[in-house]
Amino acid sequence: MTAVMGTPMKRKEDPKLLTGEGKFVDDIHVHGELWMGMVRSTMAHAKINAIDTAEAAGMPGVHSVFTGTQLQEMGLWAAPLPCAWPVTEDMLNPPHFPTASEVVHHVGDIVAVVLADSRYRAADAAEMVVVDYEPLPAVASIEDAIAGEKLAHAGLGTNKAFHWPLIPDPDALEAAFANATHVVKGEFVQQRLIPAAMEPRGVLAIPSPAGGDITLYTSTQVPHILKVMLAATTGISESKLRIIAPAVGGGFGAKLNVNPDESLAVTLANKLSRPVRWTETRSEAAFSTHQGRGQKQTMEIAADENGKILGVRAHIDADMGAYMMLITPGVPLLGSFLYTGVYDVPAFGFTCDGYFTNLTPTDAYRGAGRPEASYAIERVMDMLSYEVGVTPEEIRRRNYLAGGGEFENLEVASTLVFDSGNYSPNLDMALDMAKMAELRAEQQRRRDAGDKKQLGIGLCTYVEICGLAPSRALAGLNYGAGGWEAGTVRLLPTGKVEVVSGSTPHGQGHETAWSQIVADKLGIDPADITVLHSDTAISPLGMDTYGSRSLAVGGVAIAMACDKVIDKARLIAAHQLEANPDDLDFEAGRFGVKGSPDKGLLIQEIAFGAFTAHNLPDGMEPNLNEQMIFDPPNFAFPFGTHVAVVEVDEDTGETELIDYIAIDDCGNHVNPLIIEGQVHGGIVQGVAQALYEGAEYDAEGNCKNPSLMDYLVPSPTEVPNIQTGYTYTPSTSNPLGVKGVGEAGTIGSAAAVINAICDALRPHGITDMSMPATPMKVWKAINSADSTANNGGGQ
Amino acid sequence: MIPASFDYVEAENADAAIAALTEHGDEAKLMAGGHSLIPLMKFRLTTPQVVVDIGRINDLSYINDGGDHIAIGALTRHMAVETSDVLKAQAPILAHVASHVGDPSVRHRGTLGGSLAHGDPASDLPAAILALNATLVAKGPNGQREISASDFFTGFLETALASDEMLTEIRVPKVPDAGWSYQKFNRRAQDWAIVGVAAVSNGSTNVAMVNMGHTPLRSAAVEAALAGGASAADAAAVAAEGLTPPEDLNGDAEYRSHLARVLVGRALGEAMS
Ligand SMILES: Cc1cc2nc3c(=O)[nH]c(=O)nc-3n(C[C@H](O)[C@H](O)[C@H](O)COP(=O)(O)OP(=O)(O)OC[C@H]3O[C@@H](n4cnc5c(N)ncnc54)[C@H](O)[C@@H]3O)c2cc1C
Repeated sequence: MTAVMGTPMKRKEDPKLLTGEGKFVDDIHVHGELWMGMVRSTMAHAKINAIDTAEAAGMPGVHSVFTGTQLQEMGLWAAPLPCAWPVTEDMLNPPHFPTASEVVHHVGDIVAVVLADSRYRAADAAEMVVVDYEPLPAVASIEDAIAGEKLAHAGLGTNKAFHWPLIPDPDALEAAFANATHVVKGEFVQQRLIPAAMEPRGVLAIPSPAGGDITLYTSTQVPHILKVMLAATTGISESKLRIIAPAVGGGFGAKLNVNPDESLAVTLANKLSRPVRWTETRSEAAFSTHQGRGQKQTMEIAADENGKILGVRAHIDADMGAYMMLITPGVPLLGSFLYTGVYDVPAFGFTCDGYFTNLTPTDAYRGAGRPEASYAIERVMDMLSYEVGVTPEEIRRRNYLAGGGEFENLEVASTLVFDSGNYSPNLDMALDMAKMAELRAEQQRRRDAGDKKQLGIGLCTYVEICGLAPSRALAGLNYGAGGWEAGTVRLLPTGKVEVVSGSTPHGQGHETAWSQIVADKLGIDPADITVLHSDTAISPLGMDTYGSRSLAVGGVAIAMACDKVIDKARLIAAHQLEANPDDLDFEAGRFGVKGSPDKGLLIQEIAFGAFTAHNLPDGMEPNLNEQMIFDPPNFAFPFGTHVAVVEVDEDTGETELIDYIAIDDCGNHVNPLIIEGQVHGGIVQGVAQALYEGAEYDAEGNCKNPSLMDYLVPSPTEVPNIQTGYTYTPSTSNPLGVKGVGEAGTIGSAAAVINAICDALRPHGITDMSMPATPMKVWKAINSADSTANNGGGQ
Repeated sequence: MIPASFDYVEAENADAAIAALTEHGDEAKLMAGGHSLIPLMKFRLTTPQVVVDIGRINDLSYINDGGDHIAIGALTRHMAVETSDVLKAQAPILAHVASHVGDPSVRHRGTLGGSLAHGDPASDLPAAILALNATLVAKGPNGQREISASDFFTGFLETALASDEMLTEIRVPKVPDAGWSYQKFNRRAQDWAIVGVAAVSNGSTNVAMVNMGHTPLRSAAVEAALAGGASAADAAAVAAEGLTPPEDLNGDAEYRSHLARVLVGRALGEAMS
């Protein structure tokens, strides 16, 4: 059999999804189910004086209506919803229950729940619940939070939740800035993003009153984590909870949480002995699902006269939103280690202040902390290049780790050890593919001609941290769980293979990629391999999917489980062939005796023999069924070079992305087609932040663009022509040499696009552009820069 | 995103629809393609008690040569307008504008009559109808009447149609040799225009604007300037005069006014060359 790993096998999951056979939570219905209708706060911060549920309760089809206070009194919860990442000992974390009872802290906070026999009746009744609010001052932005005149949680006495420093050597840092020839400072805003997965979130909790167990179908990335957390916070025994993530239509981090609705469904189903369900509407999602980003960054870089970096200092103010969700406070920390980028930085300092606001909570969103970090460093590197007077690529070359050459296991300023890298060849490939010299000539031509459409070229050379995570490293960050992943490989009597995956796909294609890994390891046709996942009864052990960890941790666990299967099969083969185990070759699924080519056994034959157990070595357990739990020794650090080419129409301020080149390095490839898809999608999500998306709030904390009419998620027609290429630098963190690629595109693209826009606008003296770079914003920047220049000239 | 409850009536023909309107008065709403009405209902911005479905009245879906004009049935879908050879030859701007409405699924559902009757200042087709100086035919319990496009749009999402009247036909003058241009400025292909400009130049030049006021409108200032002999550039400079454009996240009044000048300039450049 020829190798299947590294080939662009078409995804096994697609025929089902493309023909509508995929079953999402909202497709699953059971007899007697009740729909939850959420009564959500219309105020960002208010005291609840009274709630009148009488009229709603009398409406047709309504089973019951509960206020937050009533739910509390019913004793549904053993503890508030969890935050698994208390980043400091003294971090403030006000209790966050699924429903608010006395005070609401953001628009969308649930104040009462209607249960009715249809979705429509639940919505109608929810509208009839009358809530008497007494408005409190709302902290409607991070600026409000920092100013501190209004408090998001009155009882805390402050809006600041924590201060987290990472300054390995403060004296060295101070000296670096004191001795610098160039100090460049950038102030950036990472606007809040609404995740907008194709499938909204939804839940269906089905109790078995007699047996006492509860099955929760939920559109989640993290069934395993959810199970532990729901058990801990509801008091329902873990052994009585079964969590199933059926087909899940995208997550991007937004389904990596323990949400009020999930807890409500489980506890109400348990209490009422009725199935309970809910599906968020698209506009509800802007309030009921956490958002991404939400940071203000101050980034400074100190360099000598040649532009060689002496030090990097970053501070971020991070908007937690109203509550700490599962990993809210940890998201900025995930980025903290990357503010030095791919560069050799002698001195480094990072500080983060986390603030509460009266806005929807923030949490992980594709890249989680790392797109913010690469944006900050890559923007100031461009600023430094202009300051020093060299091209953006030259300033990068001068500062690359290991001089841009190949390295392994290199400790960097932020105290991490980068597994492997080789940056210059990657940059060279990107510059070649982009035809950089031609682009620069064309740019000059347009500038000279005063063309209304100016060309901008933007570079981003990113590195990211993924493969979450070595459990001990997580301990160091005070994260409340491990970072291992489990995988089981089971040969069935007929020679087919069942693979049980702990990591939980929601669009990534695990079924395909894991089949490829197992096919190569065991010499079995991928069609004979079934991958089971996303159901805690089928896959009881797992840490799920986020942080580009699935392949580098979970896929590796599968590969290692295959090794265990092979080791055991070898002993059986040796026993049955009456040979020494060391005298057996295992190739293409067959154990052959060295020197006797016709003496051998197929792994399928051994599987059957292990099943019948008629003739096994003494003391050996029957069956070929091996589990591996892999705890990676280190993270993986993918890297790459992205080049964005934009045309800015100076008359309208419109930016058109006319070309995009992405050269990514994620180590060895399992499935290039899946990688290509991840790179494309990732880039589009970063482009979306750079050009289109951003949740906007008014001074009272109301979201101004919660629907897809106003919140501009780009569609295929806005997607640029993406040219991809790859370099291959195997990871040293795992035996497959793989690195993650799920977030890389997003981590590289926003900075590339904004660098390109700033490059186009340079003749106007414009040096920065905030995201999203809307046509109005760009036009206003040009307009005001030009009129300042004109006024200046006249004086 | 979940509409309030309503009764549903399917009308087999225009008379049945008008009868239903007469019976239910303000509580009823006609539904053609539903692509403006249903979103409003889902946001509960409108809560009709009776929805009268006219979407299946097939004999009001046609594009016919009416001698000096082309007669288009009110229930004609955008896709039919976009792909009509008759329109491409006789009033090409209309076919072109239809092709810029939303995305293909919207264009297969939405109707010309629905788009006009909705009276949304952000819609594309009203601008084309205004620039073409078309005539609209309305039918009510007491028979039918003609309304000039320039009298049709009376307020924000309001038209000259009475509550018991239905739009049945749109009569578009034949302008095979006219110069024309449609400039739609938006962020994503399927979006409404932030600002749009339709110009038809056939001796004199008509200029209509999208999203520059609370109704679809003709630019009196530009048309007057052109009639007075101003150059295209000078006429474009007054494009925002006398208008109060809406403000939203895509554009404040200053930016929309600027876009109006730029787009009128481009439209005149194309239509008058
Ligand atoms: C995603 C999306 C994108 C869109 N993008 C655009 C765009 O880019 N540009 C654009 O211009 N439009 C856009 N639209 C709107 C689309 O063109 C609608 O189809 C059109 O505006 C309304 O036509 P309809 O037939 O669907 O009308 P309906 O929604 O059925 O009705 C609209 C209104 O008109 C009334 N009405 C309908 N027909 C008649 C009649 N014959 N007589 C009297 N009253 C009537 C109804 O009672 C209702 O009040 C978009 C819509 C969607 C959903």
